[in-house]
Amino acid sequence: MFSENWNGFAAGRWQDEIDVRDFIQKNYTPYEGDESFLSGPTERTVKLRDKIFDLLTEEQRRGGVYDVDTETVSTLTSHAPGYVDKDSEIIVGLQTDAPLRRAVNPFGGIKMTRKACQAYGYTLSDKVEEAFKYRTTHNDGVFSVYSDEIRAARHTGLITGLPDAYGRGRIIGDYRRVALYGIDRLIEEKKKDKKRIADGAVSEKDIRLLEELSMQIRSLEELREMALTYGCDISRPAADSREAVQWLYFGYLGANKEQNGAAMSFGRNSTFLDIYFERDLKSGKYTEADIQEMVDDLVLKLRLARHLRTPEYNDLFAGDPMWITESIGGMGEDGRTLVTKSSFRILHTLYNLKPSAEPNLTVLWSEKLPAAFKRYTAKVSCDTDSIQYENDDVMRPKFGDDYAIACCVSAMRVGKDMQFFGARANLVKLLLLSLNGGRDEKSGMQVAPAGSRFEGEYLDYYSVMKLLDEYRPWLARTYVKALNMIHYMHDKYAYEKVEMALHDTEVHRFMAFGIAGLSVLADSLSAIKYAKVRVIRDETGLITDFETTGDFPKYGNDDDRADSIAVEQVEKFFSELEKNPTYRDAEHTLSILTITSNVVYGKKTGNTPDGRRAGQPFAPGANPMHGRDSNGALASLNSVSKLSYDVCKDGISNTFCIVPYALGHDEETRFKNLAGIIDGYFARKAQHLNVNVFNREMLIDASEHPEKYPNLTIRVSGYAVNFHKLSKEQQAEVIARTFHGSM
Amino acid sequence: MRKGKIHSFQSLGAVDGPGVRLVIFMQGCPYRCPYCHNPDTRAFSGGTEYTADELVEKALRYKTYFDSTGGGVTVSGGEPLCQAGFLAELFEKLHDAGINTALDTAAIKPDENVRRVLENTDTVLCDIKFPDEKRYAEMVGAERENVLEFLKLCDRLGVPTVIRHVVVPGMTDTEENVLEIKRLADSVLSSVKIELLPFKKLCEEKYKAMGINFPLEGTPECKDETIERLNRLIK
Repeated sequence: MFSENWNGFAAGRWQDEIDVRDFIQKNYTPYEGDESFLSGPTERTVKLRDKIFDLLTEEQRRGGVYDVDTETVSTLTSHAPGYVDKDSEIIVGLQTDAPLRRAVNPFGGIKMTRKACQAYGYTLSDKVEEAFKYRTTHNDGVFSVYSDEIRAARHTGLITGLPDAYGRGRIIGDYRRVALYGIDRLIEEKKKDKKRIADGAVSEKDIRLLEELSMQIRSLEELREMALTYGCDISRPAADSREAVQWLYFGYLGANKEQNGAAMSFGRNSTFLDIYFERDLKSGKYTEADIQEMVDDLVLKLRLARHLRTPEYNDLFAGDPMWITESIGGMGEDGRTLVTKSSFRILHTLYNLKPSAEPNLTVLWSEKLPAAFKRYTAKVSCDTDSIQYENDDVMRPKFGDDYAIACCVSAMRVGKDMQFFGARANLVKLLLLSLNGGRDEKSGMQVAPAGSRFEGEYLDYYSVMKLLDEYRPWLARTYVKALNMIHYMHDKYAYEKVEMALHDTEVHRFMAFGIAGLSVLADSLSAIKYAKVRVIRDETGLITDFETTGDFPKYGNDDDRADSIAVEQVEKFFSELEKNPTYRDAEHTLSILTITSNVVYGKKTGNTPDGRRAGQPFAPGANPMHGRDSNGALASLNSVSKLSYDVCKDGISNTFCIVPYALGHDEETRFKNLAGIIDGYFARKAQHLNVNVFNREMLIDASEHPEKYPNLTIRVSGYAVNFHKLSKEQQAEVIARTFHGSM
Repeated sequence: MRKGKIHSFQSLGAVDGPGVRLVIFMQGCPYRCPYCHNPDTRAFSGGTEYTADELVEKALRYKTYFDSTGGGVTVSGGEPLCQAGFLAELFEKLHDAGINTALDTAAIKPDENVRRVLENTDTVLCDIKFPDEKRYAEMVGAERENVLEFLKLCDRLGVPTVIRHVVVPGMTDTEENVLEIKRLADSVLSSVKIELLPFKKLCEEKYKAMGINFPLEGTPECKDETIERLNRLIK
């Protein structure tokens, strides 16, 4: 097949089958130079940006939600076209008919939608309530099958944040396919797949897939229809740069109209788009300023993406995030860098449009990245605190060179892998429950089946290990069962039609489990091993507190005595998970990532042997506990780097705060040292680093005088937030974190 | 085996020598500089003992960062040269392991051990704290002549040396003072590089925690503009 819109592109397999990677490899132009070619914002961009900035300010003033359309259930075609400023927009398309007007999407659960409306002073319309009387939601489905045990584990906070009442997210459609092939071709391919499967033996699995394919095809038709309301015919391939950006964005917009998923990540698009840009720059159709304007406009649209969520959801995932993660750079399997001029252009939006939490710009870092790009990203970090780094050199061998990050740290081959998001298990509570014979340390409730418990007065490491080994399999089994139920029901009642239509028909599935509280667990076990820990029981015999005497090594100081405990506990938990079969034969993966739920997890967890008091927040992700990493930044990084990415293939999040002075006296030295620290950390096979370069005093000032820092963006745990969207409690937790280099 | 007395470690030092560095703070210092940042390292008692091999093993953990930034190990203190014999062994072993070395010192009267240290030192960071002999003796509690003699030895052995001078408002922030430092440095070093460090009061908490008086409590921090102005003078 050939389209005239492909004129000028090198031919290849990508023309005969859906293969975006092949198109990229045959056509892209690696760029090894610096940022000097970049264009500033045009007058138009500045005007549009400022208009949006006013809208965002008003949104904050209204308590975080600008407007809600309570009448219309969001689908691909539910809303009339919306604009910010129709005449000046280059890239168009909003989720509803007006900017920041949030749609209702009750397919995940009607209760959440109802509550979210109420929380912001709205009432879900009778029309929607009536319609959902006759429709089972994902949430209904899950709770109709949950066992008492799962409910108890969920209730006590042993397993928390499960996507059983909201959209699971973390599925990245390959939105590039819309631009490269046009909708008609994509439908044609899906129809071919459907026929092939229908012609086979047709097992139960096949029938499910056939039904899904028919939904996928229908959603592609709707996507085409939606674009047409904006005057764009996406049935055919994009003809130039502007169309490529627009077509791709329509794909993403369709996903957002259809799904209120937790993380609605964007993929790996900048180098793909660069091919169109290069073609048009060469022919003289567009100038650099025109191209940057398109990228700026796209990013402005992404910054307007919104979902309606409850305040409780915000406790877990603070700052109204969407995780519109865009993965940038990396290296190709053939050794050429995948950095292009457009890798710079998308990062440059942080200057043209001012810093922002979204999109979640993620640099795929390799030791071999061009030096000028490394320096530029380090500069962007120092200037904006808005980007994160992930180690391409550990991910590429597992995922190839066309993967993207979903949410914060989850790698997936674009259009080929999807994941069943699984939130996380609180391993600190597992420890306390194991000591207490299966009872919850806070409520005394019997959560796990009663078994052995710790009978003595002073904890000894050997007995504690044995107890953990006894209860861990139970937790793993309960956790896997819960996720199997959740994802069965999500597929059934809230299937991601358009996102999956932009995947291969036969996808590889991950089931992404998670751990919370790793540093508290490691330090607690270290205290038991190296100090003296006496248990304190309440009148019912429940161990509720500990008296710890003597010093003990702490995770985060590059001390193998403590770090090896963390490593061992992660491995043990993962191998237990792997023993339990998963829904749709998904591959088990594990992450150490809490997002901002470390605060909530801490709240739900009693006193711990490391001296942490009940209710105090955990450290985020795989971070060492605040203030306990006392040997400086690199010791702290080294500890985290010991956790194996082979075991935690869904990511190991580490958030790093450093004061500017600690990176060097002058800017150039800071850029060089920061890039060098990332190189050094990733050479140790670490996976992720969130970088903040600022002083604690500034955060305290921003907390007290928000008006002075309207754009203050900080990296929290795998994503960025506008500091002012955090609750006071979350702000305090961020301020309490270790700032390397301050005395 | 000989052991060194170590006060503490900072695994990320980016302002004490080239690149990213592991800074080893040695225990014990005979001097009493008024702006001392590490009063907790002064006592010769205390500290934790390490062998040179143990420290090399520790440093090797940061090799990837040293390699990517051109960094290495900086020994500071305390006064590291008070343990010159140990230091000579440590630096030799660091060099054997391919690790860059820097010495952050206020200098002592050079002897054979000091010479051995310098043979394996890649960068010396040293301050001529007060150009006037009398004032030096009064403020630091040591002889200025020792510093100059030490710097001469550095120069003779060809060790790149940076004069790091702390600029304290009302004490060392005059143009004459800085020019005098430069003149003295020129008299002993064939190639002079001066780094002016702004006086900061981050150490105040340490003094408080130790229950001792911080002599510069009432002195304001040095402004960046002052450093810029003085830097232009010695360029």
